[in-house]
Amino acid sequence: MTTIMISHLFLQNYWWIIVSLLASLLVFLMFVQGGQSFIFTLPGSEMQKTMIVNTVGRKWDLTFTTLVTFGGAFFASFPLFYATSFGGAYWVWIAILFSFILQAVAYEFRSKPNNVFGQNTFDIFLLLNGALGPLLIGIAVATFFTGSQFSLDNMNRVRWATSWYGLEAVLDVRNLALGLAVLFLSRVNGLLYIVNSIDDEDLKKRALERLPLNTILFLIPFLFFVIAILLSKGFAADPATGTISFERFKYLHNLLQMPLVLIIFLAGVAGVLYGLFIAIFKKNDYSVWFTSLGTILTVFAVFMLAGFNGTSFYPSAYDLQSSLTIRNASSSEFTLRTMMYVSFLIPFVIAYIWYAWKSINVNKITDEEMNLNEHKY
Amino acid sequence: MFLINYLNHQITMTENIDLTLLDWSRAQFALTAIYHWLFVPLTLGLSFLVAIMETIYVRTGREEWRKITRFWMTLFGINFAIGVATGIILEFEFGTNWSNYSWFVGDIFGAPLAVEGIVAFFLESTFIAVMFFGWHKVSKKFHLFSTWLVAIGSNLSALWILVANGWMQNPVGMVFNPETARNEMISFWAVLFNQVSVDKFLHTLSSSYLLASMFVVGISSWFLIRKREGYMARRSILVAAVFGILASLMTAYTGDESARIISKVQPVKFAAMEALSEGKTNAGLVAFGVLKDSENKIGETKLKDFIIKIEFPGLLSILTAGDRDAFVPGIADLVKGNHQYKLISFEEKKSRGEMARKALMDYKSAVKSGDSQERDSLKGLFSTQSFQDNYFRYFGYSSVEKAEDVIPNISGTFYSFHLMVVLGFFFILLFSLALFYLFKGTLAQNRWFLWVCLLSIPLPYIASELGWIVAELGRQPWIIQDLMPVSKAVSNISSGSVIATFFIFAALFTTLLIAEVSIMVKQIKNGPKH
Repeated sequence: MTTIMISHLFLQNYWWIIVSLLASLLVFLMFVQGGQSFIFTLPGSEMQKTMIVNTVGRKWDLTFTTLVTFGGAFFASFPLFYATSFGGAYWVWIAILFSFILQAVAYEFRSKPNNVFGQNTFDIFLLLNGALGPLLIGIAVATFFTGSQFSLDNMNRVRWATSWYGLEAVLDVRNLALGLAVLFLSRVNGLLYIVNSIDDEDLKKRALERLPLNTILFLIPFLFFVIAILLSKGFAADPATGTISFERFKYLHNLLQMPLVLIIFLAGVAGVLYGLFIAIFKKNDYSVWFTSLGTILTVFAVFMLAGFNGTSFYPSAYDLQSSLTIRNASSSEFTLRTMMYVSFLIPFVIAYIWYAWKSINVNKITDEEMNLNEHKY
Repeated sequence: MFLINYLNHQITMTENIDLTLLDWSRAQFALTAIYHWLFVPLTLGLSFLVAIMETIYVRTGREEWRKITRFWMTLFGINFAIGVATGIILEFEFGTNWSNYSWFVGDIFGAPLAVEGIVAFFLESTFIAVMFFGWHKVSKKFHLFSTWLVAIGSNLSALWILVANGWMQNPVGMVFNPETARNEMISFWAVLFNQVSVDKFLHTLSSSYLLASMFVVGISSWFLIRKREGYMARRSILVAAVFGILASLMTAYTGDESARIISKVQPVKFAAMEALSEGKTNAGLVAFGVLKDSENKIGETKLKDFIIKIEFPGLLSILTAGDRDAFVPGIADLVKGNHQYKLISFEEKKSRGEMARKALMDYKSAVKSGDSQERDSLKGLFSTQSFQDNYFRYFGYSSVEKAEDVIPNISGTFYSFHLMVVLGFFFILLFSLALFYLFKGTLAQNRWFLWVCLLSIPLPYIASELGWIVAELGRQPWIIQDLMPVSKAVSNISSGSVIATFFIFAALFTTLLIAEVSIMVKQIKNGPKH
């Protein structure tokens, strides 16, 4: 009985859920990038800057690793997406990677003596990654809904139809809107994480002052993207033949035909809004919990909309029939099954991350801790 | 330089490939891989050395050991950051620059990569935060445990990527599916316990431990030369030299194993490592040699002869087959074929590969025309063992035009291999001497030896990179041995884009390297914190 239930179809769905989960954790963890993007504008003193950098910096590895694992899991479960998108939308991905390369050295090198280029250079690296990382990742994900310019030949080799190799995505205002939404969501989460983790009244005040404007700058593009996508035509895949066609209000249909996704989406948005409300109006220290959980649920629902219910998750607006679905882009049944066994480790991984996180975050970061003769960024 | 020579040599390869694109894509991968590998071995080895030192601290409770641990841990952190920075690009480059390859093998290659992320990277990145920031936040025991987990996590991450690389050198555990036009995994264990991967893993790890030990011994020697931190320096040398001598012996042993398996699964690479143009029985192992162009040619490519060489007679035959009379095939035998030893020629392999390709094309047209009988019979053909073993395994040859195109750069492979081996023996000697002087108590007096140790720090780096050059240059033109040449694997993007990113990465990585070395030197000069 079990062998029948764990079919190739089941495994494809299962892996789409895992990939979506990794994506939603990644967007949540980009509070690190959001915090970095404030490096020059938020702190009122050198000490405050040091505290900000060390607070979000202790989590940079985790965001980075989630990005790498997201890439690895996508490669393993949907290799045709990996080959098509990375090998075609070359410049978008290279730009994203470039910003993460800068980040990886910036923390460790910025305050070390003899770092050749000076602390300011590495702080600019942090700013670049903080701004470009979320923006470009948002734009890349938006193409899951708006489509890209590629075709595949009969050996599944990709040919990109523009000489911009992915950068043309920036010209679609809907893509840009999601990019901005992810950027400002990361900034909002960054601010709230700083409020939650640093023991400094003045810094808290400064962070909360910046919250309303960043909230508005998040909400406008986010609502614009959601409305535009729900009202536009989408890329539908015929479940029987795999043929791709345009369907009016496709994503709205998906939302209504998958009530669970609708509930997750609404719960996610409500979580973010509630967190923002208690932060702005009640100066609550723990609001980051609500916005984080809300972020995870919302992004998860967005990925469900893109991949499930007979939808192409990586559509080609240039050649409809080259569009990728979780059916035609996946690994073989054997590989997906083997990997499923590996994925049973994920709860264990999350558990130890949680434990280690708690043991490092027992106390809020203070200026005394920064003055100790300890490892510090 | 080997790479550039090789690229020039490859210009003759044809088949509608954008050669500029191919060359720059390879150059970019080589650049990023070589840069990444400047940092990885030290991370792998130093993580264990630090864990051992901290274990001594926790067991003895002596504050000096805590200081020693933290000093090396700081250097570890600086090196780790740049290793991570240069590593992320490699993972994604399989997609950005080798997308056709990614699809062709994604079903196999992706799995180890994902396991690496889930199992190893999180272990490493989670506990590294505890290791650096947890000194006053968690118990001594939990901190030590975290340090060990960082070491295990980083070494586990090396496992999975090496499994993937081993599969490319010796593809096993899969079957080709004509429907999806890709290889699909049928045995995870065959992929994981692939003999090439196992040897590669052990050889890479032991050589990385060796490198980290040399790093610790060399820097400690500098302190002794400067008459500073004598206690820390001697203790560090003790730990590192013991670890180093074990690692260097293990490196020699696993290297020998690797060579033996290469002689079986990649005989052309093996012949290039020994610059063996014509096969022979009672073949000697070359200890030292200088090459010149031979009159013996395959197509336009000249094979190599020796100007001078020193060799151990018969040893190559004994090492590969356990018998002095065993025949070791040369490049000419492997390309032209040799009836007596049942070696089939390039032409024969090419014609078999073309038959496999034709079967695939016929299958594709049968699917298109709706000829279900033809389609099913061809699909059946692909699933038979004899077709996979005798025809499909030469699939890649259908994309190679001339016989000489399957010959790698012989000089590059030969010199890289021999220099690596010589260095390997030198390290055994060096660690032995370090221990000898340490136990005699005359280490600090033998200043010449301290200088040798200090100046030897770069040598394991050179040896380690040379090892990769042997592995990767020696297998050209294959990205997957006999199944796919690099020319078929490359992403279909403009060469201008790849040239641009090549120089971006070259500039960026060089800049970061300069900063890294400068920071490292300063931290070493500062010494441990008191």
